[in-house]
Amino acid sequence: MTTPFAIRFLEATPRKGQAALAGFAALVLLLAVLHLFAPPGSPLHVSGYVITVGGKIMCYAIVAVAMDLIWGYAGILSLGHGVFFALGGYAFGMYLMRAIGHDGVYQSSLPDFMVFLDWKELPWYWIGSEHLAWALILVLVVPALLALVFGYFAFRSRIKGVYFSIITQAMTYAFMLLFFRNETGFGGNNGFTDFKRIAGYAITTPDMRVTLFALSAATLAATLLLGRYLVTSKFGRVLTAIRDAESRTMFIGYNPLWYKLFIWTLSAVLCAIAGALYVPQVGIINPSEMSPANSIEIAIWVAVGGRGTLIGPVLGAFLVNLAKSWFTVAFPEYWLFFLALLFIGVTLFLPEGMMGLWRRLRGRIAA
Amino acid sequence: MSIQLTESAHGSGGEQAATSHLLVPGELDLSHQVILYLDGISVSFDGFKALDDLTLAIDAGELRCIIGPNGAGKTTMMDVITGKTRPDAGTAFFGQTLDLTRLTEAEIAHAGIGRKFQKPTIFESHSVFENLELAMKTDKRVRRSLFSVIDDQTKDRISDTLRLIRLAADADRAAGALSHGQKQWLEIGMLLMQEPKLLLLDEPVAGMTDEETERTGELFLSLAGKHSLVVVEHDMAFIEQLGGKVTVLHEGSVLAEDNLATVQADPRVIEVYLGR
Repeated sequence: MTTPFAIRFLEATPRKGQAALAGFAALVLLLAVLHLFAPPGSPLHVSGYVITVGGKIMCYAIVAVAMDLIWGYAGILSLGHGVFFALGGYAFGMYLMRAIGHDGVYQSSLPDFMVFLDWKELPWYWIGSEHLAWALILVLVVPALLALVFGYFAFRSRIKGVYFSIITQAMTYAFMLLFFRNETGFGGNNGFTDFKRIAGYAITTPDMRVTLFALSAATLAATLLLGRYLVTSKFGRVLTAIRDAESRTMFIGYNPLWYKLFIWTLSAVLCAIAGALYVPQVGIINPSEMSPANSIEIAIWVAVGGRGTLIGPVLGAFLVNLAKSWFTVAFPEYWLFFLALLFIGVTLFLPEGMMGLWRRLRGRIAA
Repeated sequence: MSIQLTESAHGSGGEQAATSHLLVPGELDLSHQVILYLDGISVSFDGFKALDDLTLAIDAGELRCIIGPNGAGKTTMMDVITGKTRPDAGTAFFGQTLDLTRLTEAEIAHAGIGRKFQKPTIFESHSVFENLELAMKTDKRVRRSLFSVIDDQTKDRISDTLRLIRLAADADRAAGALSHGQKQWLEIGMLLMQEPKLLLLDEPVAGMTDEETERTGELFLSLAGKHSLVVVEHDMAFIEQLGGKVTVLHEGSVLAEDNLATVQADPRVIEVYLGR
């Protein structure tokens, strides 16, 4: 009688959305095929740079959707989401460092930075990091635990609004300082780099590049499907109710603590997965990923795209990051000014972001 | 010192065990006909006594009106009953066994107390239907909400309530687009979806037309008996329509309690309302 869950899950995304996802999958496939099989020099060839930048921005888009789930739908503005992204990246980076094996500069079984620090053995928290499966578990569990503990105390104390945002800024800043220290055991301000391989396969080959690109695309698509299911479920309706009138939800018997904690932790885990996909594609992770400015930038992607829509943050992440790629080459010293102007402009004139603009334009054409 | 502590901990544990058969969680014990009993409640905010040794009892099935000048403590009293404010002193019992001062807002709502706020608070961006769906009595934990589906039984209950509050034609409209009176009705409908045993209604007819006010009165009268109602109002004609006992609050405690005519003739009440 009742519809199976898997079907309900997929049907939560409307036809148009399904078609858009199919189009997206076709585009990803096309780019991958052209990169692998069109010879360099042919006009159809897609360069490794395009694939890498595309993969990187898709990781950002996952973060943007995760951010929107808590900001747009639950009304909780986190300005510390970079920490979850970075922790996912570091957790996977530990595996990548171990997978270098004896091919590092010092040809030791220890990662180079540990040799440099004159450490004789791995710290206890590096134990098991040579196993891919363990690394993947760490990617999920470490950020989830941090989000769970932080969120439990923050939401239980009913910390809201700007106070919550400030505390999340402080959290990511504190983690950045911690990871800057050499003694923390994560490579200090240089972080991790010079990765060689994943699961035995060399990391710089076109095959690996395309694999990571496709994995990022698949994760982004899955994130959108999950997001659509969540926001159209009763859970999503309760979440927006908490955003609009929290005390009312309590008096009709919901405990906002568990709702907020669930979406907060889920959002952190999505960021961590994105971070783990990001690090092998860009080839480096260092504490600057945890800088407060990075987390603020995530909020700007979402604001530019349009809060409270799922596709808006994806567009915002692409637009802002493509602009950034171009700007930081053409006018490197003006990028932050442009970003600030963009944020102020969107806040003043497009409070609902690009999606709001689109809706208004469509309304005007219809009228 | 540590031995003493251990002993006293044991002592209180034993006491709890001895009385625990009375405290069935969520079960309302109405064996003494009293559904709500406030005893010696005091609340102060920065030295201002919002409630001062307030004692009040509501019978099961009763429709009670509460009046009083601004600052008499009406809203604070509702805050104490619904767990929003913890009293500095005194006890608040729901039925014979549930100590409201120890429960959270959500637990109190589950136990069967529903509250309508002074300013209508509905979920403005949700549809009227969704507002009622969210309010409906059910398992409200995260796990259930993640997988729940709206079944026919739910739909029937919601459409019954929609008819009762005369919003059947507006089911799919955004609640924020309703008129003020309709918002008040929607909030009453949300209360009814919770199937509460006790309804707390803070100025339910504020901003309603005379016709809407009269219909609201009819609705409340039809609910009394099955539910207990506590209505805070300023509209004397409405209170007259409801009949029943009237409690006058003044400076955080009960000044008078009787039927409306007697209360209105009470010189102390006249003094409080007019004499300042």
